[in-house]
Amino acid sequence: MTQVKFGSIILAAAVAAALAACGEQKPAPKAEAAKAPPPPSMEIKIGHVAPLTGGIAHLGKDNENGARLAIEEANAAKIKIDGKEVKFVLVAEDDQADPKVGTTVAQKLVDAKVAGVVGHLNSGTSIPASPLYSQAGIPVISGSATNPKLTEQGFKTQFRVVARDDQQGPAIANFLATENKPKLVAVIDDATAYGEGIANEVEKTLKAANVKVLPREKGTDKTTDWKAVLTKLKGKAPDAVFYGGMDATGGPLMKQGRELGIKAVFSFGDGACTDEMTKLAGPAAEGLLCSQAGIPPQAASKAFLDAYKKKYNVDPILYAPFTYDATNLLIAAMKKVDSADPAKYLPELAKSEFSGATGKIAFDAKGDRKDAEITIFTMKGGKIEPVAVVKGGSTMSYADFLKSMGGG
Amino acid sequence: MRPLLDTRGKPALVWLGVAIVALALLALPFALATAGTTWVRVANYAILYVLLALGLNIVVGFAGLLDLGYIAFYAVGAYVYALLASPHFGLHLPFWVILPIGAAVAGFFGVLLGAPTLKLRGDYLAIVTLGFGEIVRIFLNNLSRPVNITNGPQGVAQIDPIRIGPLDLSRSDTWLGLTFSGPLKYYYLLLAFVLVIIVINIRLQNSRIGRAWEAVREDEIAARAMGIDTTRIKLLAFAMGATFGGVAGGMFAAIQSFISPESFVLVESIMVVAMVVLGGMGNIWGVILGALLLSFVPEILRWTVEPMQHAMFGEQLVAPEVIRMLIFGLALVLVMRFRPAGLLPSAVRQRELAERSG
Amino acid sequence: MDIFLQQVINGLTLGSVYAVVALGYTMVYGIIQLINFAHGEVVMIGAMVAFSVITTLAAAGLPPLALVLLGVACAMVVCMLVGYGVERLAYRPLRGAPRLAPLITAIGVSIILQHVAMLVWTRNVIAFPQIIKIELYTFGGATITNVQLAIVVLCVVIMAGLAGLVYRTRLGAAMRATAQNSKVAGLMGIDVNRVIAATFVIGAALGAVAGVMVGTYYGIAQYTMGSILGLKAFAAAVLGGIGNIPGAMVGGVLLGVVEALGAGYIGDLTDLCRYGWLASLLDERCAQGGHFILFGSNYQDVFAFVVLILVLVFRPSGLLGERVGDRA
Repeated sequence: MTQVKFGSIILAAAVAAALAACGEQKPAPKAEAAKAPPPPSMEIKIGHVAPLTGGIAHLGKDNENGARLAIEEANAAKIKIDGKEVKFVLVAEDDQADPKVGTTVAQKLVDAKVAGVVGHLNSGTSIPASPLYSQAGIPVISGSATNPKLTEQGFKTQFRVVARDDQQGPAIANFLATENKPKLVAVIDDATAYGEGIANEVEKTLKAANVKVLPREKGTDKTTDWKAVLTKLKGKAPDAVFYGGMDATGGPLMKQGRELGIKAVFSFGDGACTDEMTKLAGPAAEGLLCSQAGIPPQAASKAFLDAYKKKYNVDPILYAPFTYDATNLLIAAMKKVDSADPAKYLPELAKSEFSGATGKIAFDAKGDRKDAEITIFTMKGGKIEPVAVVKGGSTMSYADFLKSMGGG
Repeated sequence: MRPLLDTRGKPALVWLGVAIVALALLALPFALATAGTTWVRVANYAILYVLLALGLNIVVGFAGLLDLGYIAFYAVGAYVYALLASPHFGLHLPFWVILPIGAAVAGFFGVLLGAPTLKLRGDYLAIVTLGFGEIVRIFLNNLSRPVNITNGPQGVAQIDPIRIGPLDLSRSDTWLGLTFSGPLKYYYLLLAFVLVIIVINIRLQNSRIGRAWEAVREDEIAARAMGIDTTRIKLLAFAMGATFGGVAGGMFAAIQSFISPESFVLVESIMVVAMVVLGGMGNIWGVILGALLLSFVPEILRWTVEPMQHAMFGEQLVAPEVIRMLIFGLALVLVMRFRPAGLLPSAVRQRELAERSG
Repeated sequence: MDIFLQQVINGLTLGSVYAVVALGYTMVYGIIQLINFAHGEVVMIGAMVAFSVITTLAAAGLPPLALVLLGVACAMVVCMLVGYGVERLAYRPLRGAPRLAPLITAIGVSIILQHVAMLVWTRNVIAFPQIIKIELYTFGGATITNVQLAIVVLCVVIMAGLAGLVYRTRLGAAMRATAQNSKVAGLMGIDVNRVIAATFVIGAALGAVAGVMVGTYYGIAQYTMGSILGLKAFAAAVLGGIGNIPGAMVGGVLLGVVEALGAGYIGDLTDLCRYGWLASLLDERCAQGGHFILFGSNYQDVFAFVVLILVLVFRPSGLLGERVGDRA
C-alpha cells in the first residue's frame, strides 16, 4: 500500500523536477516567490554531511545529490505535518573527511537545530560526530559509513542503510572461498582504519572456512612500490590475494604483482571496486574480484535513477541511492507521527518498515540495516560488472537478484 | 624583554587593563555561543593550538632548536589519555591522574629524542626530528599487532570526557540561569591551562634557564665557555616543550572523544611551526597571535572564500582547504623574507637582526 | 635464493631512483649547505609535466621512445625554470641569514609547489599511459623488466656525467671553489650567484629525470608523491655523505636495497615463534596461528628514518663524506 503511494510521490516529484529544471541550482527561492500566500507553513531542516572538498569530493557531492533529490521531491509533494505545510531545507555541510572538522560541523548542525542528519560519508568522521548527535537527541542516518564501530557505541540516534565491513568482508571472502577454492591466501592492507578493518574480517572468515592465511603484509595509503612485499609473497605462492585499501594503491599493487609473475586471483573491498582500476593497473586488472556494500547504483529503483538523471544530468556514482533513502526515511517517520520533533519521531524511525530506491529497509536493535546486500563484481573488458549479490548470508547470481527486485 | 608587560610606574592602569582583558576572555564564549556553539568549539581548538605553539616556542623560540616532529608529543599525550580512560583497556582513571602521566611520558619521549640528537647542527636536527615524528606515528598506527596496544588505524573511541567530581565537562548544565554547554566548560578549562602555561613561560624566559637557552641559541660555543651545561639545558628545552605538547594532547583526546593516528600527521607539525614562526619566535604574545591567526584562518575562509566564489563563478573553483595551505606556505616564505622575526618580534631577535643587516 | 635475488633487483631499481633524487639534494647542499626541502616537489612536477606532454602527444602516433624523450625534455625545461625561480625569489634574498631561515622558507616553498600542482593536475592519482611495452627478462629465477634496466643504466650514466661536469669543466671548477669558500671564490672573479643558480638548475633538471623515471616505472603520479620520496632521497644523500656525488649514488642504492630486503625479511626475522625458547613462552599464540611477528612490512617506511638518524648520530659525514658535518 505505502509502496503505491510512494511510487506516485516519486512520479509527481519527477514531473515537478522536470518543470523546475530550468531553475537549476537554486529553484527554492523562486518556488517560494511563486506561491505567495501559503497556508500556515513551517520549515524543517535536515542536515547532510560529506566531504565536499578533498580527494573524495565527487563521492561527497554524489551523496548530497541523493539527499537533495529526496528533499525536493518531498517539497513538491506538499507534505503536511501537524496541520502545516512543510518546507524541507537541506543544510549541507563539508567535513573534509577530517575527524576534527567532522565534530565542528556536527556542532554546527546541532546549533542550527536540524531535525535529522543524513551522513557523514566517512566512518572516520561519523564516529567522533555520533556522540554529539546523541547528546542533542538528533537522529543521524549514514548512507555510506561502513565501519562496524559506528553502531557499536550504543547510541540510539545512530543508524545506517549500508552493509557493515564485517558483513562485506565475509561476503567477499566466502565468495572467494567457494568460487575459487584457494588453499592459501595472502591478505594485505593499507594500514588505514578502513583497509585494516575489512582485511581483518576477510582473514577471520577465510580462517573459519579452513583456508590458510599468510601473516598480514601492510603498506600505506600512499605506497607506490609494492615489489618487496609482493616478491616475499611470491616465495610463498598463495592462490589468492586480498587487498584492503583504495584503488590508488590497489591498482599499482595488482600491476606489479603480475609483472613479478604472480598468478594468484586478486580480490579487493569496495575501496578498490571502481573502473579506475583498469587505468591504474592496465590490462593486469582483468579478472579481479571485488565487493561493494549495498546494491550497485544501476540496480536502484528506476524511478530514482530517472529522477536523478533528469535533475543532475549524470548517473549516480556510488551511494546516492542510499542517502536518498536515508532522507526519505527521516521524512517518512516524521509524517507518520505527525511531528518533526526528534524525540517523537525517533522511536518510529527505529521501527521503520520502508521500501526505497535500494529495496526494503528495516533497522535492527543497533541501528544497522537488516539483511543489507553486498554485491560482488569482476573486472571484464575494462569495466567492473556485478556477478553476484550476497544477502542475509546467502549468495545469488546478479541476474536472479535483478529478478527478485522485480523491475523496481 | 617584556614590552607588553612593562608595569613600572603605573600599576593601577595595568591592573585595570588586566581586569578588562580577563572579563573579555570570560565573557567571550557567551558572545560566541549566541552565534552558535560551533564557534566555542572552534575557539577551543584555537586554544589547543595556542598551547601547542607555546610548547614548541620553548624549543624553537627560546632554545633555537627547530623541531619538525613536535606533533609526536601531542600524539603521545593524546594516546596516554585515550588508553587510560576508555573502554579499550577498560581503564577509566580520572583526568588529574592521567594528565600528569601523559605529560611525564611525553617529556620522557622528549628526552629520548633529544639525547642522541643534541650534537646535531640546526638543519640536521630539523630533519631528524621530522623523522622521529613520522616514526612515532607509524608505530601508533601499527602497534595493534602482535599485541593490541594502540588499536592501530582504527583509533580509540569513546574516550571519557573530563570529570571533576560530579561535574561532567561534556554535558550541558544550567547555573544561575545561564546554560553552560560542554564546549563552553572546556573553554574555561583550556583558558585556565593557557594562563598557567603563559605564566610558566614568562617565568622561564626571565629565569636562569631562560637566559641559558638564549645564550645557547645565540652562540653555543660561547655559552659553553661561560659555564653553561649546554647538553643539559638543551635536553631541558626538549623535555619542557614535549611536556606541554603532552598536556595539550590529553585535552585534545578528552574533547574529541575519538583519536586515531591520522590526526598526528606531518602537516600538523608544520602548522605549529608556522604559527610560531609567523607570530614571532621567542615572543610569547607573538606566538599566541600566530596560533590564533592561523587556527581561525580556515573558518574565516569558509565564510568568505566559498560564498565569494559561488557569487563570482557560480561554483567552487578552489577549495578553502587549498587556499589555507597556500596561505601557510606563502606566510612562511614571506615572513622569512621580509619579517624574519615574525609579526610580533621578540626584543632580542629584533636587536640581533639589526646587527646582522648592519 | 631467487627470491633474494629478486629483492635485490627491486632494491637496486628503487635505489637508483633515490640516487638520482639524492644528487639534487647533495649538489645544493654541497655548495650552500642548504637542505632544499622543495626538491621532492620538483621531482613531482617533473613527473606531472611529462604525464601531460605524453598524454597529449600520445594521440599523434609518435614512436614511444620519442614520446618519452619529449616528455623528459619538457619536464626538464619546466623544472629548471621552477628551480631557478625558487632560488632567485626565495633563497637568494636569505643568503647570510640565520641558518634556520632558508630551511623554513624551503618548507613554505614545498607547500606552495605541492598545492599549485594540485590545482593544475587535480588531487587524484593519475595513471601514466602505458606507452612502453614491458618486456620481462628472467635469469636465476628472478625477473627484471626493460624499464627497470633502463632506470639502473640511466642512473649510472647520470652520475658519471655529473662527475664529469663537476671535475672536468670550468663551471665545475667554479662550483667546487664556491663550495669551499664562496667569499674567496667571489674575489677570484667567480660570479657566485650565477654558480649557485646553475647548481639549482642542474639539480632541478635531474629531479625532472627522476620524476619521469618514477612515473614510468610505477605508472602513476600524484601531487603528494614528492614529499616522502624527497625525504628518503635526503636520507640516502646523508647516508652516502652529503655534498659528495658518488656518495649520493652509493647511499641511494644502499637505502633502496635495505628497504627491499627489510620489507622482505623483517617479518620472518622478528617472528618470535621461530626462536625455540621464545616460542615456548608464547605457547598459545605460536600454536594457534604459528606466528608472533613483532615487525612486519608495515614498518617499511621507518627504515629510511632509522638509517638517517643512525648515520647522523654516529657518522655525520656519511659513508663517503670527507667533510666534517658538524660546523656549529
